[in-house]
Amino acid sequence: MVRSVLGLGAVLATFVTGASAEGLKVGMITTLSGGGAGLGLDVRDGFLLAVKQSGRDDIEVVVEDDQQEPDVAVQLADRLIQSEGVDVLTGIIFSNLAMAVVPSAVNQDVFYLSPNAGPSQLAGAGCHPNYFNVAWQNDNLHEAAGAHMNEAGFSSAFILAPNYPAGQDALTGFKRFYQGELAGELYTQLGQTDYAAEIAQIRASAADSVFFFLPGGMGISFLKQYADSGVDLPLVGPGFSFDQDILGAVGEAALGARNTSQWSKDLDNDANRAFVESFQAEYGRLPSLYASQGFDTANLMISAMEKADVADMDAFREALREAGFASTRGDFEFGPNHHPIQDIYVREVVLEGDVLTNRIIGTALEDHTDAYAADCAM
Amino acid sequence: MIRERHLNALVLGALLALPLWGFWAEAPFMITLATRAAILALAAVGLNLALGLGGLVSLGHAAFFGVGGYAAGILALHAQSFTPMMTWPITIQGTTSMPLIWLVAVVASALAALGIGALSLRTSGVYFIMITLAFGQMLYYFAVALPAYGGEDGVSIYVRNAFPGLNTLRPLPFFAICYVLLGLALLLSWRISVSPFGLALSAARQSEARVRTVGIEPYRLRLVAFVISGAITGLAGALFADLNRFVSPAMLSWHLSGEFIVLVVLGGVGRLLGPVVGAGLFVFLEHWLGGVSDHWMIFLGAALLLVVLFARGGLIGGLTAGSRS
Amino acid sequence: MSLSLLLEQILNGLQLGVMLFLMSAGLTLVFGVMGLINLAHGSLYMIGAFAAAAVAGATGSFLLGLGAALAAAAVAGVLVETLVIRRLYARDHLDQVLATFALILIFSEGTRWLFGSFPLYLDIPAPLKGPVTFPGGFAYPGYRLAIITIGLAVALALFWLIARTRVGVRIRAGQADREMVAALGVNIARLYTMVFALGAALAGLAGALVGALQSVQVGMGEPVLILAFVIIVIGGIGSIRGAFVASILVGLTDTLGRFLLPLAFGMVMEPSAANIVGTALASMAIYILMAAVLVVRPTGLFGAAT
Repeated sequence: MVRSVLGLGAVLATFVTGASAEGLKVGMITTLSGGGAGLGLDVRDGFLLAVKQSGRDDIEVVVEDDQQEPDVAVQLADRLIQSEGVDVLTGIIFSNLAMAVVPSAVNQDVFYLSPNAGPSQLAGAGCHPNYFNVAWQNDNLHEAAGAHMNEAGFSSAFILAPNYPAGQDALTGFKRFYQGELAGELYTQLGQTDYAAEIAQIRASAADSVFFFLPGGMGISFLKQYADSGVDLPLVGPGFSFDQDILGAVGEAALGARNTSQWSKDLDNDANRAFVESFQAEYGRLPSLYASQGFDTANLMISAMEKADVADMDAFREALREAGFASTRGDFEFGPNHHPIQDIYVREVVLEGDVLTNRIIGTALEDHTDAYAADCAM
Repeated sequence: MIRERHLNALVLGALLALPLWGFWAEAPFMITLATRAAILALAAVGLNLALGLGGLVSLGHAAFFGVGGYAAGILALHAQSFTPMMTWPITIQGTTSMPLIWLVAVVASALAALGIGALSLRTSGVYFIMITLAFGQMLYYFAVALPAYGGEDGVSIYVRNAFPGLNTLRPLPFFAICYVLLGLALLLSWRISVSPFGLALSAARQSEARVRTVGIEPYRLRLVAFVISGAITGLAGALFADLNRFVSPAMLSWHLSGEFIVLVVLGGVGRLLGPVVGAGLFVFLEHWLGGVSDHWMIFLGAALLLVVLFARGGLIGGLTAGSRS
Repeated sequence: MSLSLLLEQILNGLQLGVMLFLMSAGLTLVFGVMGLINLAHGSLYMIGAFAAAAVAGATGSFLLGLGAALAAAAVAGVLVETLVIRRLYARDHLDQVLATFALILIFSEGTRWLFGSFPLYLDIPAPLKGPVTFPGGFAYPGYRLAIITIGLAVALALFWLIARTRVGVRIRAGQADREMVAALGVNIARLYTMVFALGAALAGLAGALVGALQSVQVGMGEPVLILAFVIIVIGGIGSIRGAFVASILVGLTDTLGRFLLPLAFGMVMEPSAANIVGTALASMAIYILMAAVLVVRPTGLFGAAT
C-alpha cells in the first residue's frame, strides 16, 4: 500500500528497521511527475543522501508524488498522518501545495520541515511552532536581486513575473529593496510558453536591465526566446531561474546572467564540498539548489534526533530550533518565526568545461531575514 | 448474473461498510477514502443526469464543481477573517454553516450552468463537447487570475465548516453527511428519470424529431437538465472543499472534467448507481494502483481504453448482463 | 506606443496563429472526414517535439530532428489509427472522448517513462539564430519569421491538396457522404489512415517548430489542444479555410489582448492593478471571442448550417 522510493532502489526506500522507541518516520510529499518534477527529484535525492550518510537505521522515509496537484497533496498528507503515523512531514515544492497541506498538518501534532516553499502567510500571522522553513521565505531571493541591482548600478529595470501569488510576491520583494526606476512591470500568464509579446515590450522600453521570475518551463522558454530576440540587456533573476535543472535545457542563452541564491556549488565550506562530491558520485549529476535544500533539511532533522526523541515534541522542537547541523550554505540559524537567517549570494552563469553552471561573484545581503517575522506571534 | 437492483443495494452497503470498518479498526484513512469516493460519486451523479439521461457529453463539468468549491472556500475565508464579502449595496458576511454554504454553492453553480448551458446547447454533438471544454477552461483561467482569492494558490479553509449538531472535524460524521447527500441526490436523480420530464428528456436523446412533433422544445428540456446537473456537481464541489479544507483552480481543470466522465462510464452510462460504482472503482485504482507503480496512469489509461472498446456497459453492465431491471 | 512595437506584436500574433493552424488543420480534417473527435491530438504535438529534441540532440542537426518529428508523429498516428481509432468511427462521441482521453494518459505517462521528468532541450538552428533587421531598423527574430513562412507554405499546400488533387477529391467526398465514397470503390480504410497520419504529421511539425522556442516537456500539448478546439469551433468543424481564418484571429486576439488590455486599463487605473486586471481579462479574451461567434453563428464562421 505504501509507495516506496525509487531512485536509490529498495535499499534506501524504506528503512524499516527495528521500530525502536527512538525511531522516526518521515513522510515526504513532493513533486515527482509533471512540469515541476525536476525540483522534487532533487529535493528527494538530497534528502535521502543525507539520511544514507548519517548511517542511522532508525529513520523510515515514505516518499509520495503529489503530481503538483493540491488536492492530491492534501490526500497524501491525510494518509501519511492518519494511516502511516508519520512524525515529520517534508518535501513540498510549491507554495500553493504548502498552503493546502501545512496548516492542517501542524495542527495534527506533526512537524513540518519545508525544503523549498516559504509562503509569506506561514512566515507571518500564520506561523506555527511545528513549522520550520529550511530554505527561505519566498521573497528572500527577489529582495536580494533588488539589492544587487542597486549595487550593480542599474537604475531602470524592466520586471516581470507570472500572475499568481508567488509572482506578485516576487515583484513586491524585488521592489522592497530596489531603489531605481521601473522601465516597465508585467504580469504574464501562469504556464505561458511564448514570451514574444513581452520581449517586444522590453525592446521598446528604455530599460537598462531585466529582472524576471519565471519558474520551471516558463523560465526555459523565456530565456531561449530572449537570447534569440537580439535584445541584449543584462538579465537578473532569483536562483530558481538559473539553477542546474534549468541550465541544461536553456543552453548558452543563459551565459553571463546574474542570479541570487543562498547556496552555490562553489561555496567554500567543508560541508558543501563533501555534499557536492558525494551527490555527484551517488547520482552522476551536479546538485542543484533544491538538492542542497533537501540535504540540509534531512541534516537538520538528524541533528535534532541526536538531541531529543521525537516523541517528546517540546524537546524535539527545541532541538530543531538550535539548528545544530553543518549546513551546505555555511552559517545557518533560525529567526523567531522559524525561518532562516542567512547570507544571500550573487552568482553568475559560467561555462565549466562543457557544463553550464553558476559561480559566486559577491554577496547581495548578509544575515538576511524576512519582512514578515514581526507579524508572527509565537 | 445479478439483478441490478440487488447490485445497487450491495454497492450502497459496501460504501457504508468500509468507513464503519475503518472506524472500528481505527484506520481513519479508510473513512477519508470512502468520503472521497462518495463526493466524487455525487459529482458524477450530477453529470450522469446530463450525460446518461440527456445524452449531453459535457467536458466542462469541473467548472461547476469548482464554482461550488469556491463558494465554500470564499464564504469560509470571509467568516474566518471576519471581513464582509461585500459592503455595497448591502453588507454580506461570510459563513461557516454548511447548509448555508451548500445553498450558495448550489445557486452559484446552477447560475453558471445556466449561462454556459444557454450558449452551449445552441449547438450539439462534437461542438457541444468542445464548447463546454472551452468554457470550463475560461472559468479555470478566471480562477487563476483571481488575486483576491489566492489565484493559482487557492484558498485554505483552516477549520472544516460546521453542521448543526455534528462534529464535522471527525471523519465519520463528515462521511455521514456526504453519504446522506449522495443518497438524496440518487433519490432525486431516480425521481427525475421516471418523471414525465425525465422521459421526455430521454426521448429527446434518442430522437429529437419525435419530441418536436409532440410540441416539446428539446432545448428547454436540456437546459433544465443541464442546470440541475451543474447544481448537483456544484454541491459536490462544496463538500470536496470541506474534505480537503482547500480550494484551488485545479478543481476546475479539464482533466477533472474528463475524470468525471470516466467515473460515469466506468460504472455504466445512464445506470442509476453507475457513478457510485465508477467513483468507488476510481478511488480504489488510484489508491492501490498508485502503490504499485509510479506510472500507474498508463495502466489506468489502458484499462479505460479496454472498457471503452470492449465493455461498453461499464462495470454494472458487465455484472448484470442481460438482466437489466 | 511606437509603430514598430505594434508591428512586432502583430507579427507575434501571426506566428502564434500560423502555429495554431498546423495543430487545428489536422484536428478539423479528422473530424470532417471521419467524424471523430480526437483529444489525443495534443499528444502527437508532444511526440513531434520530443522526437525532434531527441534526434537533434543526438545528431546535432535540426533538419534531421524536424524529419524525425514528422516521421514519429505520422507513425504514431498510423499506429493509433489502426489499433484504436478505427474501432471508434462508428461509435458515439462519448466513446471517442473517453478512448482518446485514455490515449492522453498513456502517451503522457509513457513519454515521462521514456524521457524522464526533466524538460528536453532543442536549439534554434544556427542559420536562423538572432534577429533579422529590416530596412528602417525594425528587427524581428529570424526563426519566428521562418515559422510564419513554413506555416503559410503548409497552408497553401493543404489548400492545393484538397482543391486540386485526387486525394483531395476523396477527402471532400468523404466529408460530404462517407457511405457513398466507400460504395464507389475507394479504399476507405486507407484514406482514413492517410488523413489521420497527415493530421498527426502536421501536429508533430508544429510541436518540433515550437519546441525550439520553448521547453520540451510532458503535457506541452494540452494548452495548445484546447486552443485548437476553440479555433475549430470558431472556424466551423471540418473547414480548413475556417481553421485558417480562426487560427489567425485567435493568434492576434491573444497576443494583442495581452499587450493592449493592460495598457487600456492603465489609462483608468493605477498601473499595478491595471496589469493584474488586464492580464486576467486577456487570458479569457479568446473564449469571449468564441462565445461571441457562437451567438451569431452557432456552427462557426465557415461551418455548414445543420
